[in-house]
Amino acid sequence: MSALLEVKNVTKRFGGVVANRDVSLTVRQGEIAGLIGPNGSGKTTLFGSITGAHAVDEGDIFFEGGSIAHLRPAPIARLGLLRTWQQTRIYGEMTCAENMAISAREAHGHVFSLLRPVPAATRRKGDDLLAFVGLHEKKDDKAGSLSFGQQKLLEFAMALMNEPKLLLLDEPTAGINPTLINGLIDRLRRANTELGVTLLVIEHNMRVIMNLAHRITCLAHGEVLAEGTPNEVRDDRRVLDAYLGVA
Amino acid sequence: MLDNLSLFFQYPPLAADVILNGLLIGAIFALAAYGMALVWGVLNIVNVVQGELVVLGGYVTFLAVQAGLPPLLGLPLSAAVMFCLGWLIYRAIVFRVVDKDIFISILATFGLSILFQQLANAMFGSDVRTVDAGLGSLHLLDGTVTLAYVKLLAFVLALGAGGALWLFLRHARLGQAIRATAQNPRAARILGIDTNRVYAMTYALNGALCGAAGSLAVMAWTIHPYIGLPYTVRSFMVVVVAGVGNVAGVVAAGLGLGALENVAGFVFGVEFQIAFVFALMVVILVWRNAMAARKRSYLE
Amino acid sequence: MSRATFPRLSDWHIAAVLALFGLAGPFLLPTLATQIAFLWLMVVFALTWDMLGGRMGYNSFGNIVFFGIGCYAAAVIQRDAGLPYFEGLALGLVAGAVLSVLAAIVFGAAMLGIRGHYFAIGTLGLGIAAGEIAAGWDYVGAGSGMALPLYPGELGERELFFCYSLFALAACCFLLFRWIYSTRFGLALNAIRDDQDKADAMGLRTTPIKIVAWSLSAFFLGISGGLAANMIGFIDPRDVAFAGATYGVWMVLMTILGGKGTLWGPVLGAFIFHVTQELFWTWLLGWQRVALGLLIVLIVVFFPQGIMGWLAERRARTAS
Repeated sequence: MSALLEVKNVTKRFGGVVANRDVSLTVRQGEIAGLIGPNGSGKTTLFGSITGAHAVDEGDIFFEGGSIAHLRPAPIARLGLLRTWQQTRIYGEMTCAENMAISAREAHGHVFSLLRPVPAATRRKGDDLLAFVGLHEKKDDKAGSLSFGQQKLLEFAMALMNEPKLLLLDEPTAGINPTLINGLIDRLRRANTELGVTLLVIEHNMRVIMNLAHRITCLAHGEVLAEGTPNEVRDDRRVLDAYLGVA
Repeated sequence: MLDNLSLFFQYPPLAADVILNGLLIGAIFALAAYGMALVWGVLNIVNVVQGELVVLGGYVTFLAVQAGLPPLLGLPLSAAVMFCLGWLIYRAIVFRVVDKDIFISILATFGLSILFQQLANAMFGSDVRTVDAGLGSLHLLDGTVTLAYVKLLAFVLALGAGGALWLFLRHARLGQAIRATAQNPRAARILGIDTNRVYAMTYALNGALCGAAGSLAVMAWTIHPYIGLPYTVRSFMVVVVAGVGNVAGVVAAGLGLGALENVAGFVFGVEFQIAFVFALMVVILVWRNAMAARKRSYLE
Repeated sequence: MSRATFPRLSDWHIAAVLALFGLAGPFLLPTLATQIAFLWLMVVFALTWDMLGGRMGYNSFGNIVFFGIGCYAAAVIQRDAGLPYFEGLALGLVAGAVLSVLAAIVFGAAMLGIRGHYFAIGTLGLGIAAGEIAAGWDYVGAGSGMALPLYPGELGERELFFCYSLFALAACCFLLFRWIYSTRFGLALNAIRDDQDKADAMGLRTTPIKIVAWSLSAFFLGISGGLAANMIGFIDPRDVAFAGATYGVWMVLMTILGGKGTLWGPVLGAFIFHVTQELFWTWLLGWQRVALGLLIVLIVVFFPQGIMGWLAERRARTAS
């Protein structure tokens, strides 16, 4: 399997605080990669660096072999690299169907190409994806009126609508009703296998990530602590120490 | 325009006169800007009616002098009257928009700005007003540099007010409550601070600062009903450049703006001085945004 | 009645009544032709403000700049081109539209990256700076303003001409914007309003979208400026062309009153505001602007959702 995303020796500082130090990480084409680590270990900062929210101080990031470290969020998204947010970001005053329509890949086009109604095929695809995450009967509701968990599902569906090659998910199960988590894991897996989206998932729920990911990287204090298969990482003494605060 | 510019450089005493007078006027801008920074920091509101509070403060002194009071007594009187007016404005209008969308508060205070501007025009007429403080002027360099003592007084008072404000916020009980509320209103409420009262006192304090600034403006310069918005924009600019919680920065930026504005008025002509103030603000905002965009952060 | 068919039906009803009023009104009420012309001008003001303020979430106090540019472009062309009246007017309107759009592109590239209250205050400064510069610039008559050439036709024809011109402009603006809001471009504007960083991160080309939106507003404002200047016959830099304290604020107020971000809100707000103003303003005897300030405060503080928003709330309440 070839590398889709390569993070090479990335360091990111905020003022005097080093959020990421010399972080390297590879996500291979077609896999589900996990990113774990205690609170404040720099996972979300790394997502920001990868998707262009801020410039990195040192190191480089490659997507499909090309450097993206100097790019801003929009061009990176157009390359097919997308993220979701821990606190979820949706278009609150628009309906779910509209949220889906404007998240379609063709909305990346030049400004004058937007001067056309939403094609019927896009509408259908939006409906299908809403049904996929179980929000179909909410499609004419304002997105802002959904519950937090439903908004997370909507954000996930919007990301799929954009047909990314790689999707970074920031704690997809946080705030989701525990009884629905198994359904969500199933959908993440189907997005990976049926829609061919490579995933990089930040997750705090160990049961979820051990179940879901093919490979896991563990960050602590902004540095890569361990990586390997779920079993390897789980049995790594240092990971346990990091979570228990010994390291 | 170029003639003025070369004159400015060829004749240093003239340049000194323009710059020094500008610096002194700038102290008045700083005074109004403290107030704006305070309201901005604590209530999270851009108070567009700021300039009208300055102008009304000026009218209070003007009317007091007309009624036979000594001009310098107008200063505390203006501050006191505007303190009360500020409190009233907060209780009547501002408290309803404090927790709303920021544009709602901008539009509401903009409406107040139009209201007061037009009221001032209806009540006091559109004439340009000024008050002779009766202090005379200081002449330097054989009279080429003329500094009215009232401007020097304004300068000293504005600096003093800045220092007093700093001490007040740091040590007075209410000042500490104001700072706590500015940092985290919810936590302040949990700790038993009556944030609504803090907001009201902050807004009233802002009124007093504006009143003092207006009183000095009418003595050192002139006022008329339509000069309010430039004061708002000056305060806004000063706060944007200095930062919300930076009293010393506000003084420096206010003085700098005063000097810059006076030089621009001299070079471009007085008829373009107001245009310069507004255009400068636009340039500052655009420039700041460009700087922020380079770091891929945004001004919120 | 289903939710989908009901509004569309009533849309056409309203549109038909308005079209009838626009076409027959000036004939039936010839004495009111000027007032009706101003009404259509107000509709253009509200519609163009809503493009940014309502749909895109960029609350501009500076849209008056494009109106002023339109005023002055027409006045300068009509003064200097040496053309007969209607040719001069036509060229002036084209020049006004082109210059306004160019200004929107330049200002937009510089300022549309600024957000929130910085954008609102920045555009406020832009509008006032433009007025002050015009008031000091001798080429455009400085503080004494410019007079427009006299309309050559018969008495009474002039009012009808501008009434119909502005009606046509308002109708074009409404129909074009209505169509635009039905496209993906309209959705993109809403997305920028709701969460611009998200829109960026989803790959939308937000900067060109924002600039095109402002240019569309500027296009109609530029033309309306040329027409209004000719109708009034005289432009003053601060009280007509860059009249931030009247027209500039009315734009915002009318849109909020009607309901921003809705199809009919701006039109409704313009009608109510203008009719109220024509009926009651003269009673106020010089206190009009005081009343305007008070009105802004009252509407913003107590009625920020506007009429359309209020109707939607009521409908939602009765439905549930």
